[in-house]
Amino acid sequence: MNIPIYLDNNATTPMDPRVLEAMIPYFTQKFGNAASRNHPFGWVAEEAVDYAREQVAKLIGASEKEIIFTSGATESDNLAIKGVFEMYKEKGNHIITTVTEHKAVLDACKHVEKMGGKVTYLPVQEDGLLDLALLEAAMTNETILVSVMYGNNEIGVIQPIKEIAAIAHKYGALFMTDAVQAVGKIPVDVNKDGIDLLALSAHKFYGPKGVGALYVRRKGPRVKVTAQMDGGGHERGMRSGTLNVPGIVGLGKAAELCMLEMESEAKRLSALRDKLQAGLTVLEESYVNGNVEHRLPHVANISFKYVEGEGLMMAMKDLAVSSGSACTSASLEPSYVLKSLGLSDDLAHSSIRFGLGRFTTEEEVDYAIEVTKTAVTNLRNMSPLWEMFKEGIDLDSIEWAEH
Amino acid sequence: MAYSDKVIDHYTNPRNVGTLDKSSHKVGTGLVGAPECGDVMRLQIEVGDDNIITDAKFKTFGCGSAIASSSLATEWLKGKTIDDAMKIDNMDIVEELALPPVKIHCSVLAEDAIKAAINDFRVKNGMEAIESEKAHH
Repeated sequence: MNIPIYLDNNATTPMDPRVLEAMIPYFTQKFGNAASRNHPFGWVAEEAVDYAREQVAKLIGASEKEIIFTSGATESDNLAIKGVFEMYKEKGNHIITTVTEHKAVLDACKHVEKMGGKVTYLPVQEDGLLDLALLEAAMTNETILVSVMYGNNEIGVIQPIKEIAAIAHKYGALFMTDAVQAVGKIPVDVNKDGIDLLALSAHKFYGPKGVGALYVRRKGPRVKVTAQMDGGGHERGMRSGTLNVPGIVGLGKAAELCMLEMESEAKRLSALRDKLQAGLTVLEESYVNGNVEHRLPHVANISFKYVEGEGLMMAMKDLAVSSGSACTSASLEPSYVLKSLGLSDDLAHSSIRFGLGRFTTEEEVDYAIEVTKTAVTNLRNMSPLWEMFKEGIDLDSIEWAEH
Repeated sequence: MAYSDKVIDHYTNPRNVGTLDKSSHKVGTGLVGAPECGDVMRLQIEVGDDNIITDAKFKTFGCGSAIASSSLATEWLKGKTIDDAMKIDNMDIVEELALPPVKIHCSVLAEDAIKAAINDFRVKNGMEAIESEKAHH
């Protein structure tokens, strides 16, 4: 067992060595530009890109012609949201999304507002799920796009995508999903789910960083997005720029491996995650954040009341995890995702996200349970809030000097 | 963020964690911060006859820098008169622990806790509370 133990697989995943192996020839020997049509170097690169396009398409049940390669999910989200708004603004100017989306979606929506669009940011319920009735009530004749993430990056909650897509379509809007955390982890099928646009990123499923894709539906309906960068008209004119051939080969290989191993891996990871969660929730005053039934198999977000997340992570220095604590962000605000579940600030400050991955072992999970339990216990012994709680003092009755 | 060695030292081996009898007239207690803000410090001093601080204890809910700041404060308090203790400045803590700008509020909180504890002791013993000339909030 190697220390520190990596349990932050929602942030990024290590690349699978099989992916690296597939990529290597495309740096030095097969270095051609996939857009070079007039010599074998270009043909070899183009063939590799086409193959990767098929691999990615298969993973999400799409056709290879519907895959646009990008630099990652932030670019895909931006291209989808701004691109749809620009393309369809004659039809309507309204976009609906949720408050728990990734910043790439929220900030792209804010940009749309600056361009004259209207955006509705729907709240979520206490378990993190979107209330479908609320979505339906927000739909208008002007709504051109509904954008709801597939699985949440902080709490792992999986939204009812099929139902959300159906509501969007009922009102003539397109449905887009940021599926960064879900693709490769759980079955995602653009046709079964009714997805018109989907953003994904290679490094979240054991591929390289700096490469991702946007799925853009071609049939029923044919969806178009306005390009956000001017250039050579690559990727059916939607995303100019010389293709990152080694990255794309890696993305394709990573997709293929997920396709093959997802089912058994999801089973293994959810068993390990459940073990971790059970081992930690034996601690008093520990709370699992978000819906536990509709949840990605590898994620558990737990608040340990009366200890502060960053302090806790420091005590768990042998584990690489992340926290919703304000102290981990430059803004000094606790996680907006946890707050939108109605969590009080102090519980948000006390949260730890455990993200398991392909290379996580049971031995590591056992070790993580012990390290976390010891750290929580030690910090509680040092916490004035824990002492007051144990003395039966109602912390809400104290007038705190907010600073 | 990387922590300084001194923060890590105080965090790993915190000095003077504990609780003094807050009902004793010799003990002053300062409780500052707020759970919503992610840090709460409770600092207590025990004061001898000649106004010299004989003991200091803390408990802190907060990040590593907050815990280190309060641990350091208890070390500095012991043996000082309450008048000298009042002069401890948050920037002394920042310097000693090499706190980065984003963690300066932890040192401010420690200074506030020291002053609150001393004032609690003063009021308990018939002295006036001393208003801080610094406005932190």
